[in-house]
Amino acid sequence: MRHDAPLAAVAATRTTCPYCGVGCGVLATPDGRGGAAIAGDPDHPANRGRLCSKGSALGETLGLGTRVLHPLKRNARGAYIQVSWDEALDAVANGLWRVIDRHGPEAVAFYLSGQLLTEDYYVANKLMKGFIGSPHVDTNSRLCMASTVAGHRRVLGSDTVPGNYEDLDSADLIVLVGSNTAWCHPVLFRRIQQNRAERGAKVVVIDPRVTATAEDADLVLALKPGSDSALFAGLLVHLADAGLVDRAYVERHVAGFDAALANAREIAPGLAEVAALTGLPQADIASFYALWAETPAVVTAWSQGVNQSAQGTDKVAAILHCHLATGRIGRPGSGPFSLTGQPNAMGGREVGGLANMLAAHMGYSPAEIDRVQRFWRAPRMAQAEGLKAVAMMDAVADGRLKAMWVMATNPAVSLPRADAVQAALRGLDLFIVSENVLSNDTLAAGPDFILPAAAWGEKDGTVTNSERRISRQRGFLPLPGQVKPDWWIVCEIARRLGFANAFAYAGAHQIYAEHAALSAFENEGDRDFDIGAHAALTRRAYDTLAPVQWPAPVGKSEGTARLFAEGGFFTADRKAMMQPLAMPVLAVSTSEAFPLLLNTGRVRDHWHTMTRTGLSSRLSAHIAEPTVLVHPDDAERFALTDGGFARIATAHGAVVLKVALDAGTQKGSIFAPIHWSAENASDARIGAAVQPSVDPFSGQPELKATPAAIAPISFRSRGFLLGADDVVLPADSWWTRVAVEGGQGRLFATHADAEEIMRLARAAFGSDGLIEMVDAERGLYRCALVRDGRLAAALFLGPDHDAPVWDAVKSAFASDALDPRQRLALLSGRSLDGAADQGPTVCACFGVGLNAIRAAFAEGATITVEDIGRKLKAGTNCGSCLPEIRRIGAQQRVEVPA
Amino acid sequence: MAEPLVIVGKGMAATRLVDELSQRALGRYSIAVIGAEPRLAYNRVLLSPLLAGEIGEPEIELKPAAWWQARGVSMLYGKPVTGIDRAAKSVTLADGLTLPYGKLVLATGSKPLRPPFPGGDLPGVATFRDTADVEAMRAYAERGARVVVIGGGLLGLEAAYGLARAGGQVTLLHLVDRLMERQLDAEGAVLLAAAMAQRGITVRLNASTKGFVGKDKVEAVELADGTQIPADLVVIAIGVRPNIDLADAAGLKANRGIVVDDHLASEDPAIFAIGECAEHRGQVYGLVEPAYEQARVLAARLAGREASYGGSLLSTNLKVSGVGVFSAGEFEAGEGAQIMVLRDPSAGIYRKFVLRDGRLAGCVLVGDTTGALFYLGLIRSQQDISPIRADLPFGEAYCTPRAA
Repeated sequence: MRHDAPLAAVAATRTTCPYCGVGCGVLATPDGRGGAAIAGDPDHPANRGRLCSKGSALGETLGLGTRVLHPLKRNARGAYIQVSWDEALDAVANGLWRVIDRHGPEAVAFYLSGQLLTEDYYVANKLMKGFIGSPHVDTNSRLCMASTVAGHRRVLGSDTVPGNYEDLDSADLIVLVGSNTAWCHPVLFRRIQQNRAERGAKVVVIDPRVTATAEDADLVLALKPGSDSALFAGLLVHLADAGLVDRAYVERHVAGFDAALANAREIAPGLAEVAALTGLPQADIASFYALWAETPAVVTAWSQGVNQSAQGTDKVAAILHCHLATGRIGRPGSGPFSLTGQPNAMGGREVGGLANMLAAHMGYSPAEIDRVQRFWRAPRMAQAEGLKAVAMMDAVADGRLKAMWVMATNPAVSLPRADAVQAALRGLDLFIVSENVLSNDTLAAGPDFILPAAAWGEKDGTVTNSERRISRQRGFLPLPGQVKPDWWIVCEIARRLGFANAFAYAGAHQIYAEHAALSAFENEGDRDFDIGAHAALTRRAYDTLAPVQWPAPVGKSEGTARLFAEGGFFTADRKAMMQPLAMPVLAVSTSEAFPLLLNTGRVRDHWHTMTRTGLSSRLSAHIAEPTVLVHPDDAERFALTDGGFARIATAHGAVVLKVALDAGTQKGSIFAPIHWSAENASDARIGAAVQPSVDPFSGQPELKATPAAIAPISFRSRGFLLGADDVVLPADSWWTRVAVEGGQGRLFATHADAEEIMRLARAAFGSDGLIEMVDAERGLYRCALVRDGRLAAALFLGPDHDAPVWDAVKSAFASDALDPRQRLALLSGRSLDGAADQGPTVCACFGVGLNAIRAAFAEGATITVEDIGRKLKAGTNCGSCLPEIRRIGAQQRVEVPA
Repeated sequence: MAEPLVIVGKGMAATRLVDELSQRALGRYSIAVIGAEPRLAYNRVLLSPLLAGEIGEPEIELKPAAWWQARGVSMLYGKPVTGIDRAAKSVTLADGLTLPYGKLVLATGSKPLRPPFPGGDLPGVATFRDTADVEAMRAYAERGARVVVIGGGLLGLEAAYGLARAGGQVTLLHLVDRLMERQLDAEGAVLLAAAMAQRGITVRLNASTKGFVGKDKVEAVELADGTQIPADLVVIAIGVRPNIDLADAAGLKANRGIVVDDHLASEDPAIFAIGECAEHRGQVYGLVEPAYEQARVLAARLAGREASYGGSLLSTNLKVSGVGVFSAGEFEAGEGAQIMVLRDPSAGIYRKFVLRDGRLAGCVLVGDTTGALFYLGLIRSQQDISPIRADLPFGEAYCTPRAA
């Protein structure tokens, strides 16, 4: 199965990045010591050689330190013991049988992930829906783009992305809705910026939060949370009134136009009403409408700001309506475009990994069930849509679900009411997790079995990116320990459940070929997803498969660049169906108790729950601590200070985060990152505070508008630890773990005083090689442990108002030989040459710090961002830090007028 | 005709006085310097390196003969002064010679303390004061003799170190439980003791000497508890006493030292005293820095300028190579004081700062004395150190406003 894994290869392996949905091509060259050199694949159409900060740092995340390498079984005392694969698989299979036998197939559920490869997804979906006979397969994509799937299916008739990335190069207007593209899809953002620079394309950013993406926009519409559909309903009205509706296209290819327009007029009859609903100035709305109306080559792209909403499906529909009404769809440089979050969310959608799909873009109509059953020769087909993520966890909590198998995701962090989810998982009769890592919040819920799954670099299969492009993800590292690919694990369970024949695959290529065959099975062009051209793919052909955009039916192996320019929607009458929208409203509105709206999302250099990016010191340096962004006025209102701490409480849970003032955050809203978990922070499980209200069509929860209260929290002291990973801080301390060069660090705040921390340090470090500085009256304690001429550990504590800075100590910690003359100076926490005082990282690709960039700008008022790039290389790789660099320059000019 | 200025004593204070005076008022006085030791003035501070063999005899000389000649100073050495006739304003020398003076400066320094221990007069019992002592001690040490040094203060430590370096098997006896107890706190003293031990010196604290045992020469030191420590040589280095015999004989007011005012004048306006023999505001300094400050002030006065001496801030510098010890001002935190400590025990480093109302009141540096003068300056100036407090222990370079 590992035929293509070059154990000590020197040749670069072509694969794809495991992070966002852009699906960049990556060249990985193993170093023979378990690591690899990473570069962008210049031949991959998604990125043409470019990588973002996260992708560039992939080489730093390949260690085995945090991996689970053997099947683990939970014993009576709750401890985990290593078992053989046979023992684990037999036990899991028997466990599943017992549950099915006693409670029926519908007591069993799989919770999958956009991190899985299509082949893994396919066999899991097939096993559950066709052989176990339960429809309860859902995936973390439910949190990601389920609303887009529902919107696509309701309006376009199928979950089809009409356009492709080249449209971002050739559009004259690019509208980004609810998308911090600069941070979350940096490589696409660079393409957009290039188009803007070279072709003068205009960029409009629509987002309640003014993010880095807005730094480079022609128009920024910071609308009220949840009012997107009002804005686009108003646009539809404007287009109609301006006589810009493409009558011919609508006549031939669109149903429900008049009803939809009437509905739009009810919601947004005029600018005044739109202004009232969105909180935007009429002038801005007008210029947006005018711009959109007068620009045929327009791409409207959206991400989680649209999807993660209790009205996400309507928001998607509202956008699609405008493109349908003008026929601006599937044409070069124009169309609606969902920018997916995960590397293989699309692949999951294609196999049917979502609970409201069956397989290969087929649903649960009797004909479709029958067709899939015949293709699979399935003994026991699921008969109706299954439980969607949030409902699925409710079913776990109330005992309707007895057995659950979680693969490649961390629901105890990412789902709404994450604490309740974690508790519910604990109560399962049979809880199985396929994982890469040995420890995370989901594993903390105590699965009966932990199955060691292959990670990126070891896995072998295919992924589909946001533009329907199927690419091979290839292994370039050997499978460590007992680790196995997810598809292998699923097939072994299927075999033990008695379905050996249906799951006897010689390799991932055979699974893919079957998946392709199913997509083409009885598909007379009435189903969008058809990759029949790959149905007979040999292993060699599979291994050399070039990136291709589906549909790729038999005879069209070159794939399809765009769809729907000439209609041809995948509905009975081949017409798209415009849908009436509900009045825009948030699922739960603010109250006296919860006066703010909690918005959640990503930061630039981290991914999901940080199991991978958290291993890179470079990526951890940009935003080191879980931080809540607050508008300065709200900070004043709630007595919060920049750099202080705040407790954020909702009806569901609470967290404590560092506070950062941010004028870009809308008044009345706060923003918190999704990445931190109990693994790497004491009080930052934001999922625990997020509400479970879901969209009626997509079941996607409203993760970006949970009513919340915020209040300052104060500590006596603040400090940091380097090394000494096992040192336990005093109870009630706030801490966050940060990957640093040479090991791990912790930033913390505590109610303990210098004396107590000194006792703690001495107990932990002993006196041999311990260097100390004590100023108890000042609440100051610093110590460094020097062993074998290197800085083995350090602990700095200062009063709350004067937290120690760790850059200088960090660089000493990184070096394996400590200059004896520096022993004492170490505790000064400073380096006189200033070299180590980098400040927070701005450019993660080249590790350039804020101070260096400030200094460079300070050299003259004429210094441009390009000069910075030439001088420091900052911003010259992925460019996701360019907006930040531009802002630093601007600030500099304000501060030092030259 | 220049006024005759007679300086009794030919040590560091006297030399500095001539130096300062010659820069201010060369020719105003005809200067005569009279010394008991039959050699040119030398740097007493360098006696222990000399003993250790780290430097040679020529290197400790303060100024060459030519320097004195160039300043027209008549040098009379090896000729102790036997009396002062204040009425006649003249001094008499051992050989009967009488010199008139317009102004007389007493810089007679001090004598080693030598308590009347039983057996104290046995051969092999010595003190540590001048080059003659050093030669004798080296002779013993170089043949690996067993040496007992009595006194764990500056002098004793320097003697012990010198002897050990020169080859002696040295035991250091100290009366109390802590070395340099007048300059060091407990933690600093412990580090210092360890450093001495590393240099092959056996340190015995709480060791009170009862007497010396031996027939025709010293053979052992007997302690109060009865234990005997074999010794071929015993060096008594428990301190010094101001040398005020002349002043007493002349009826000048003297307590421990010759009492002088802020102009360094004794009760006789024509007679001055500087250095270890002088007592200013009840304080007698056994250190070189105050002597230099006094010399500077007196030189200015004699040159007819306004100047006055307000006393010196006590600061101690142990000159034992590799064992830096610096102490200044308050070294134990008294009432209302705050302490800041920087310690690196495995490197033998200890830095303690005593703070009062945001000002530096004193500090102790053991192992690494860099920045000593900087801290001394802060103690003297009493400036507010709050803004640099956290950086203080790391030296002057760090004590600059933090970069943004």
